[in-house]
Amino acid sequence: MMVEALLEVRGVTKRFGGFTALDGVDFLVRPGERVGLIGPNGSGKSTLVNCIAGTLKNEEGSIRFEGRDICGLPAHRRIRMGLARSFQIPKPFASMTVLDNLCVPLVYAARRHEKLPPGRIAEEALRILEQVGLAGRAHAMSGGLTQVDMRKLELARAMAAKPKLLISDEAMAGLSASEVDDVLALLFGLKEQGVAVIMIEHVMRAVMKFSERIAVLVAGRKIADGDPQVVVGNAEVVKAYLGE
Amino acid sequence: MEVSWALLANAVIAGLLLGGFYAAMSVGISISFGMLDVVNIAHPAFIILGSYIAYIVNDRFGFDPIVVSVVVSPLFFLLGMVLYRIYYISFERRGQESLRGLAFFFGILFITEVALVLVFGVDYRMVSTRYGDVTWRAGEVDFPMRLVVPFLVSMVMVIGVQLFLTHTFFGRAVLAVAQDPLALRLMGVNPVRVKELAFALSIATAGVAGAFLIVIQPVQPAIGREFIGLVFAVCVLGGMGSIWGTLLGAFVLGLAESFTSTFFGPSWAPAVSFGLLLATLAFRPSGLLGR
Amino acid sequence: MSNKVFASVALAVALALASVTQLIPNDYFFTAAYTVLLFVILATAWNILGGYTGYVNFGSAAFFAIGAYTTVFFYNAFKAPLAVGIVAGTLVAGLAGLGLGYLTLRLRGVFFAIASLALAVVLFIFVVNWDYVGGARGAYVLQPREVPFGLPRYIHLIYAVQLVMAAIALVVARAIEHSTLGRGLAAIRDDELAAECSGVPTLRLKIFSTMVSCALMGMAGTTFPYYLSYIEPSSAFSLSYAVNSIAMPLIGGMMSWMGPLIGAVLLGSVQQLVQVTVSSAWNLLIVGVLLVLFVTLAPNGIMGWVDAWRRRKGR
Repeated sequence: MMVEALLEVRGVTKRFGGFTALDGVDFLVRPGERVGLIGPNGSGKSTLVNCIAGTLKNEEGSIRFEGRDICGLPAHRRIRMGLARSFQIPKPFASMTVLDNLCVPLVYAARRHEKLPPGRIAEEALRILEQVGLAGRAHAMSGGLTQVDMRKLELARAMAAKPKLLISDEAMAGLSASEVDDVLALLFGLKEQGVAVIMIEHVMRAVMKFSERIAVLVAGRKIADGDPQVVVGNAEVVKAYLGE
Repeated sequence: MEVSWALLANAVIAGLLLGGFYAAMSVGISISFGMLDVVNIAHPAFIILGSYIAYIVNDRFGFDPIVVSVVVSPLFFLLGMVLYRIYYISFERRGQESLRGLAFFFGILFITEVALVLVFGVDYRMVSTRYGDVTWRAGEVDFPMRLVVPFLVSMVMVIGVQLFLTHTFFGRAVLAVAQDPLALRLMGVNPVRVKELAFALSIATAGVAGAFLIVIQPVQPAIGREFIGLVFAVCVLGGMGSIWGTLLGAFVLGLAESFTSTFFGPSWAPAVSFGLLLATLAFRPSGLLGR
Repeated sequence: MSNKVFASVALAVALALASVTQLIPNDYFFTAAYTVLLFVILATAWNILGGYTGYVNFGSAAFFAIGAYTTVFFYNAFKAPLAVGIVAGTLVAGLAGLGLGYLTLRLRGVFFAIASLALAVVLFIFVVNWDYVGGARGAYVLQPREVPFGLPRYIHLIYAVQLVMAAIALVVARAIEHSTLGRGLAAIRDDELAAECSGVPTLRLKIFSTMVSCALMGMAGTTFPYYLSYIEPSSAFSLSYAVNSIAMPLIGGMMSWMGPLIGAVLLGSVQQLVQVTVSSAWNLLIVGVLLVLFVTLAPNGIMGWVDAWRRRKGR
């Protein structure tokens, strides 16, 4: 049975002056799927995320979300359609509390397609905070959180947009083993809600555990895409990582 | 109005000579804003300060203002270092540059202008030089020395800065610091120190350019503000951070102003730089050369 | 307190102040108070784009002057009464803000700031060369001989109008601050990219914020020609407006509507005193120094101190 793709990236090319960051990349994500995206530093993973999310414009290729072409849309329109992303380096709204941070996407992104009545915004934010384990810090200023709490806030904010697809951009970088497990549990939780997730990580243990499918980017090209065990054994992939 | 060949030629010459001077005024912004990403809108204040210092010494002792400014430039260099220190500690380190940094430099610009008004009043000041009234004539084309001498020294200064940036270790560190501070650290070079010294250099060039200014025209404290648009227009037109781009942008601006002045009257000239800046920002923000 | 209640209170206070102070015999009070109120409006307006949204506008003088010169234009062209001038000036300033915003808000904040400064200079040169509104010589606006509401002098009416306009500006600022729009603007101020990726239509909100801010700054200027019955470019475009509209919110506190009010009343009153006793140049120097001191040492302003003190007490 052919399940229609949620996100369809076809032949996407992105150049920065003379440097080609992405070269004809094809990429597919189905509803509810858990996809890992790996590759050495500088291989174009963040560039791909930015092109999908709309913070960068790709020169060639097409990006379709739920069948609709989103290439010309600004980022805020894409997230309203259900496409959320977290940032590699957390970008909290520092003048607001943790709770208020979530209220922004709840009001601006989620309300559109979930029709939340205004009175229930704070309630919903608190519920999401409980899900990620930040409920205790709800009224703390978001600028002063610990590293791992900031990563959780990043993901919580993306979740608050009620997405159908969430891109987690290196949320686990530099975290301890138990912290990695915390974040992993959080991402698994999304599975229950039927949210598709693209996980970009260097922490291989997490990627292997989480992904139903893994895609590998090297120097702007996708060199592998399939079952995690198969991909990890792929000679080219091994060379790309060891050859660094 | 009869447009004679002579009128046109004079407009072009004046435009080019002014353009060289504009490059000298703007090379500091190319460094501080184009390369270091510090929005020093107080840059013209230091130009005016340089003008007044040249004026005082010239008035009191009769020394040539341009010579004075070169001699005094180490002071401006130190001033630049102090200013960057304050800026860095208060803003860049805390990561809140934009709004507060802008307000900070605006305050500095403002304080400088008002302080000069308090000390010198609002009257125009000029210097007297041996060449100030001399004009070479080549047929029907004029080469006023008060434009030519600053032009020549400006070219020396701007090309000197470019050579310094590309051919010395420190210069290349400056070019690198904006792009890869980590690599610099790994080489044992402190990026903050590099930025501090580069910023100091930009202020030093401003001080020297101030002497050029007062040789070319009379100066009063408020004209600093008119030059903000000019130096940023040159920097943006030139593509930010490229000295050659700065030269190109400066010549374009000089010619545009000269033609406007000749055919529409001098009172519209300051509007040209700002108008050009607005137009560039609106339609081609990556500059003439377009990166 | 809901917006409607606040608006009623503000208006009531304004009218009460207007009536009560009519008893003050000293005319100087009214000219000084007019100036302070002018700054209340200007600072509050600036802060909508500055403190709430995070974009610095160096061209406050331009929008103030647009308001002033629109009044002059309508007076010269149609002998229009003050009320028409006020509405027209506010609208034209708002449109100018829309234009500036539309052209430059897609770029980095620093380019918007420089462009706003550029606009002030270009507009100044334009006005100086436009003889219909007096050019460099200036223009006269005749105060009507009969002062409405039975007030003794025209300055009393101008002062009362200014009070009402200040109330309007505060109501608008507070309404924005507490609204969904205000939340979006705060997100833009804190991190524009993150805001855009949280669904905030950043460009649209920035342009709107600019438009409202500039319209209110224009509103502040609409009564200016009537203040002295005379207007000329260097006073309409005075640098004092640019620096004060930044210094007052900064010193008072940029996060809420109370900051610009406090900053304007405090700094404005101080300046009125200094100007009379010393000179206007010293006065401006003090403002400049205070601006630099506060921005480096106390960037959250007076309201920031109050908040910090409250938080310490709460522990």
